[in-house]
Amino acid sequence: MIWLNRYAKLVAAATALLIAAGGMVTSTGSGLSVPDWPNTYGWFMFSFPMSKWVGGIRYEHTHRLIASTVGFLTIILAFWTWRVEPRAWVRRLGFAALGAVILQGLLGGLTVLLLLPPAISIGHAALAQLFFCITLTLAVVTSPSWKALSTPANDVMLRRMTLITTVLIYCQILVGATMRHVGAGLAIPTFPLAFGHVVPPVWTSGIAVHFAHRVGALIVVSAVLAVAAHVWHWHRRRPEFTRPALLLVLFVCSQATLGAFVVMSSLQPIINTAHVVNGALVLGTSLVLTLRVYRHGIQEPAIGGIPAAARAKLPVLEKHLRGVRG
Amino acid sequence: MQMNGLRLFLAVSVVAVCLGCQGQQEPASSAPPANAKRVDESKAGNVVGRVVFEGTPPVNPPIDLAADPYCAGQNPGGAKLENVVVATGGLENVFVYVKDGLGDYGFDVPAESVKLDQVGCQYRPHVLGVRVGQKLVIANSDETLHNVHAMGKANGEWNKGQALKNMSDAKVFKAREVMVAFKCDVHNWMRAYVGVMEHPYFAVTHDGGTFELKNLPAGTYTIEAWHEKLGTQTQSVTLGEKESKQVSFTFKAPAASSN
Repeated sequence: MIWLNRYAKLVAAATALLIAAGGMVTSTGSGLSVPDWPNTYGWFMFSFPMSKWVGGIRYEHTHRLIASTVGFLTIILAFWTWRVEPRAWVRRLGFAALGAVILQGLLGGLTVLLLLPPAISIGHAALAQLFFCITLTLAVVTSPSWKALSTPANDVMLRRMTLITTVLIYCQILVGATMRHVGAGLAIPTFPLAFGHVVPPVWTSGIAVHFAHRVGALIVVSAVLAVAAHVWHWHRRRPEFTRPALLLVLFVCSQATLGAFVVMSSLQPIINTAHVVNGALVLGTSLVLTLRVYRHGIQEPAIGGIPAAARAKLPVLEKHLRGVRG
Repeated sequence: MQMNGLRLFLAVSVVAVCLGCQGQQEPASSAPPANAKRVDESKAGNVVGRVVFEGTPPVNPPIDLAADPYCAGQNPGGAKLENVVVATGGLENVFVYVKDGLGDYGFDVPAESVKLDQVGCQYRPHVLGVRVGQKLVIANSDETLHNVHAMGKANGEWNKGQALKNMSDAKVFKAREVMVAFKCDVHNWMRAYVGVMEHPYFAVTHDGGTFELKNLPAGTYTIEAWHEKLGTQTQSVTLGEKESKQVSFTFKAPAASSN
């Protein structure tokens, strides 16, 4: 099981890398540099000569190769989980990841063939984050710490706060994806003010979605700070809560800073991509905190008459006994 | 649930296959309507003129050719964008055309094709005109890959890869459009603009901003000059039989350079 957990972490990390590669495709405007799909300029994707990886093709083709790798890793993850995982909902989650990655591949192909229609491109970006959340969830729930005994949180307020914050972050990412794919990243070209005003003096659809993303940022930062303050006040001695809460504050502060630099650098591709990836990390960290806060509400099945919590301690007990016998 | 998933997969597959057929276009009819008036060239006149640039031309930014070693090799001295090209005070790459006033005249579509080439990682020519129904051949003379991405509105958008030297694609536009922008997403500096006209009265300025519209029948016309960065200007011209008229457009330097 420990290897399954390590493998799930590897898939989640590969997914973060894939999101970065996708971010570079959009940020460099390379989404249509390879006009065909699933082939690459008529070549089978994996035999496309490296000498032809030039200009925008470098970003798009690399994205496709990483996506294929993540798809392959996800197939293994789904079947491995199905084979060794005793919890039915985790097994189902493994196959949900597989379904998501297949759908994601189809959306990626469709958006190329349909010449990047915003609805499909936004759907592709939105599903990428959901898929990242699924792989991260698999990594969390297969970890030894998930199964280990700990004091239940019993904090209804914290449950609500973390869940709402995670949903808010996801919605904010959707608005950001909409802004990117309708080309509204510089609809408000000044920061922090909008054309010298707190509220834009003129409105277009691009300005509206851009401004919504800025307002969303304020809401998300406020929600994250409120969660962190709550954790510090009530659960200071719970590192499984304080660590992700601290990380969440760091990521969200970095995210706001990167967002400002994205505008001030006129959408410099690397800064833009860092903003996308860091956004995924904000979402992922919030999700990890939420899962940990909620985990005591999830009933782990007893196997062989041994409760899950006690089962998690068996390796420790065995090691101890070996030490006593040895 | 399994059937629903299968249906969804099949639906997506059918859409993808249909999209693969999208690039094929039916040629537009090349014959004008039977009741269309014909131009009597013995009585036709000409409009000649010049597009002048007033002020200091903005500096065209250099292109970062490092993205493709082949392109860098083809431009050893570097290359610049062709946002505003001024020679001896005249503005080049301006598409000048009769926007209005031709009434019921009809015109045969030329049988010969127009060529848009990709040479040295640039579209050549940068601005050109083609007739509705006339074949436009887009060729790749480079030993690198290009994708030809046309972003028409009335004529639709399409994207086609040309992976090898001497590959070409032929397209026929079905509707008048000023202008259809072309780009290459592999080399994001590459741009071309194609004016699609239902008549032959168009020209692209060259040689210091000069242009000529030949064999225009007598009448009053709206002439428009289009530039990719500086916008459009129009003038009204009344032309008598066998008359030749001079027309001049003046574009000014933008207040704040935005290139």
